Amino acid sequence: MTPTRKKRLVLVGLLVIGIGAAAAVAITALQSNMFFFITPTDVHAQTMPPDRQFRLGGLVMAGTVERDPHSLAVSFTVTDGAYELPVTFNGILPDLFREGQGVIAHGRLGEDGQFHAHEVLARHDETYMPAELARALERTGHPMEANIQPGPTARQRD
Amino acid sequence: MIAELGQIALILALAMAVLLATVPLVGAWRGDERLMRLAPSLVAGHFVFALAAWLALVAAFLNHDFSVINVALNSNLLLPWYYRISASWGSHEGSLLLWILMLAGWMLAVVVFSRSLPKPFLTRVLSVMGMVSIGFLLFTLLTSNPFDRVLPGPPDGQDLNPLLQDPGMIFHPPLLYMGYVGFAVAFGFAIAGLLGGRVERDWVRWSRPWTLSAWAFLTAGITLGSWWAYYELGWGGWWFWDPVENASFIPWLIGTALIHSQAVTEKRGAFAAWTILLSIAAFSMSLLGTFLVRSGVLTSVHAFAHDPDRGLFILAFMGIVTGGALLLYALRAPRIATGEGFDWLSRESLLLLNNVFFAVSAAMVLLGTLYPLIVDFMGWGQISVGPPYFGAMFILLMTPIVLLMPLGPYTRWRQDKPQRVLHPLIKAAIFAIVGGIVISLLLGAWNMRAVTGWIGGLWLAAGALGWLWGQKQSIRGRLPRHQIGMALAHAGAGVFVIGVAMVESTTLERDVRVAPGETVTVAGLNFHLEEVASVKGPNWIADEARFSVQRDDREITRMHPQKRRYHRGGQVMTQVALRPGPLRDLYVAMGEPLGDDGAWSIRIHIKPFIRWIWAGALLMTLGGLLSATDRRYWRTQRAQAGRPERSPIGQEALA
Amino acid sequence: MIRMLIPLGVFVGLVALLIVGLQTAEQRKIVASPLIGKPVPDIRLPGLHDPDMVRGVAELRGQPFILNVWGSWCWACRVEHPFIERLGREAGVPLVGFNWKDERADALAWLNRYGDAWSFHLVDFEGRAAIDLGVYGAPETFLVDHQGVVRHKHVGPIDAPVFDDLMRRVLALRMEAES
Repeated sequence: MTPTRKKRLVLVGLLVIGIGAAAAVAITALQSNMFFFITPTDVHAQTMPPDRQFRLGGLVMAGTVERDPHSLAVSFTVTDGAYELPVTFNGILPDLFREGQGVIAHGRLGEDGQFHAHEVLARHDETYMPAELARALERTGHPMEANIQPGPTARQRD
Repeated sequence: MIAELGQIALILALAMAVLLATVPLVGAWRGDERLMRLAPSLVAGHFVFALAAWLALVAAFLNHDFSVINVALNSNLLLPWYYRISASWGSHEGSLLLWILMLAGWMLAVVVFSRSLPKPFLTRVLSVMGMVSIGFLLFTLLTSNPFDRVLPGPPDGQDLNPLLQDPGMIFHPPLLYMGYVGFAVAFGFAIAGLLGGRVERDWVRWSRPWTLSAWAFLTAGITLGSWWAYYELGWGGWWFWDPVENASFIPWLIGTALIHSQAVTEKRGAFAAWTILLSIAAFSMSLLGTFLVRSGVLTSVHAFAHDPDRGLFILAFMGIVTGGALLLYALRAPRIATGEGFDWLSRESLLLLNNVFFAVSAAMVLLGTLYPLIVDFMGWGQISVGPPYFGAMFILLMTPIVLLMPLGPYTRWRQDKPQRVLHPLIKAAIFAIVGGIVISLLLGAWNMRAVTGWIGGLWLAAGALGWLWGQKQSIRGRLPRHQIGMALAHAGAGVFVIGVAMVESTTLERDVRVAPGETVTVAGLNFHLEEVASVKGPNWIADEARFSVQRDDREITRMHPQKRRYHRGGQVMTQVALRPGPLRDLYVAMGEPLGDDGAWSIRIHIKPFIRWIWAGALLMTLGGLLSATDRRYWRTQRAQAGRPERSPIGQEALA
Repeated sequence: MIRMLIPLGVFVGLVALLIVGLQTAEQRKIVASPLIGKPVPDIRLPGLHDPDMVRGVAELRGQPFILNVWGSWCWACRVEHPFIERLGREAGVPLVGFNWKDERADALAWLNRYGDAWSFHLVDFEGRAAIDLGVYGAPETFLVDHQGVVRHKHVGPIDAPVFDDLMRRVLALRMEAES
């Protein structure tokens, strides 16, 4: 084995170890940062693992939005047509948040049976846009998914 | 009528591309001068027809021709002319046309600026790019025709989303595409190199200025998008790790690795196969980005817009382009010379580390972006990957890059001694550590992230500029542009690091309830809400909060954020009030009305050094462009570049 | 040589993943309707042409029907309209329009302009009944069998392949009803 080849072998070995380590770290980081998407029906069926962060999707039921007049606390009920789930949030709701509209809330399920959101996103509007139209929004590379406006977050890092 | 002309122009452009991809290639293969000489004229024709098609679409937008579906969906009578032009590349169809035009433009540029390349090589480059263009033209004509009509057309068009009626959005997509498409040139050079049979290192030198400019454009495009998101989306973030953003960031990471590995291959002949692989990967990732954004694969629960047919087309196209390229690589790469060896401490090994870290970073972002797909495929449910994943991975992977970056330029090719490399950097290191601590203390940003950010940033900037200063002392006459460019880009990385560290560690964010007459104090600044007034714009009405911002009872500025409601479509939009500054931005946005006393939820942010993020990226862009225009690359081309230029070891920059 | 094939292998894996992703994009793009397999909610709503005439879907019991959510403000509904016309002609089952979050005058003008292919319309200007149906947007199209059970839901505009798929499903439901 020539010195160059030996050196190469060591180098390749180091690379493999490094990439393996990176992959291990990445998988760990992924596991702790993946959020399952759930609906009120899932919550009802209790099919989700406890004590995790979730993204809850559904429609805001009309007449359920209640604000605390003295703070930014707000509560509303999300439904998927079959089941309902109360949601609490402390912060600024997105521009497109309205009763009867689709929302996605990030947060945790509390033991009180409520969903405590730390971020709320709203659907852009109620049309399923033809692909062309929705892509007008995408403008390729602009940081929003077509129908979602990133909602203001309370930025509570939990 | 004009739309039909545009359609015909597009078809003619396709004909040109088909001819270009075949006839001159046969010529290059057989050594037939006559056939090869056709290539430049075909490229010119291709460009002219692509330009005509694009102009036809712009004309349809300017003339309010709503019978063209694309116009009806993306423009309306109230839209000012400049947004009507930018709306022409706002839609999927229009943006594809812009892609094609830019690809044609890059091809023309290759013909004009690289005409002194050996004929067979140049011909192969152009033919390969012609093949790429065929794919895009077919894609446009078959699945996404921007000239489709609906008769009778509606009297007025849809409202262009107000978010997009913005100067940042005029320039962001074209710059981004310039970058994406620019990697097609590097791809073309790499494939032409492989096709040539004997892979020589010359093609790398010819390819370098093109890769550098593509990279610079991509940097600028991503920066502009980040800046736009910051001031337009209304919640003050500058990067979201959204799949759409990641789609542009992955090619950037690969491109960054590529411009560095090209330096090694050009100078030392080492990493030749790897450079080819990166050239293929950079363009493939651009295609992948296009696929991810347009196929609806990753929008999962958020968006309803999707089109599997288009997705399948891009995928098939990508399969042919990348798959073919990789197959060719597998066939030809064993013939690639391994180049000259190098020692543990050498510029080669440092650049190798650079490449490892950037390539792994790209893989990490790709993994995080595609992970929801994998999880879904395994039947584990629907998930999304949170930004903390990306944040953690980046701190991990960028730390060694920041530590090692200043060493690169000081280190000699082939082999060097630690003492010689580190000696000139001691001053920079001391300066960075002392400076970082002192500045953090002065700014009152005494926390781990801010201090390490300052030290890292100053280390990069001082290392790069110190090296440039040393070069200036040691050589007479003007510094070559690629050296200035390299130092500028590395210093820009330092500025960027400082900006990110400060924003992420010391941003103040307050979401509060404020009634008129009340005052909120954030970081010693009093935000006094005087009133909430109604104001009218050309196509909207708004509530406007009038804040007087005071320090020690003296008004330092006034800020008027708005909540607008647009007449057409009734969209509600938050108009942020910003007071930008070199050291901090003040940022005020309105939430929603609360209670009966006229109170609103208000978001007040103080973002220190956020401008440094974009300033740093801008410096990188400038550095890239400056390097790309270095005479060295062009001079050697003019001299037919037959002989490898041997430079005194250690004296050349990697730029 | 084998070593040189590694990148190609990785790439092939990536493409395979993306192809699968593309196939399942349809399912992932929206929450699967929890109503599928459940009885359609007994909604009773005023008609469009005659606001006084309140009708409900329960009266259609005994035969399959299609419920199509639309609005005059909805561009995608304009896009799918040619297929709605074909459904009205060719499906052979009632095609109920669910006019959602609209204004009466706008909706009537829209029908006038593009043609009314529906059997009749229910109006839900407030969007309250729509929540019971789990309507996320327009257009959406529900298939309900002769026992009043929601069997299928299509989200988004109907295009040629979706139309063919819907027609097949409707035929199956009709056969089921007759047997």
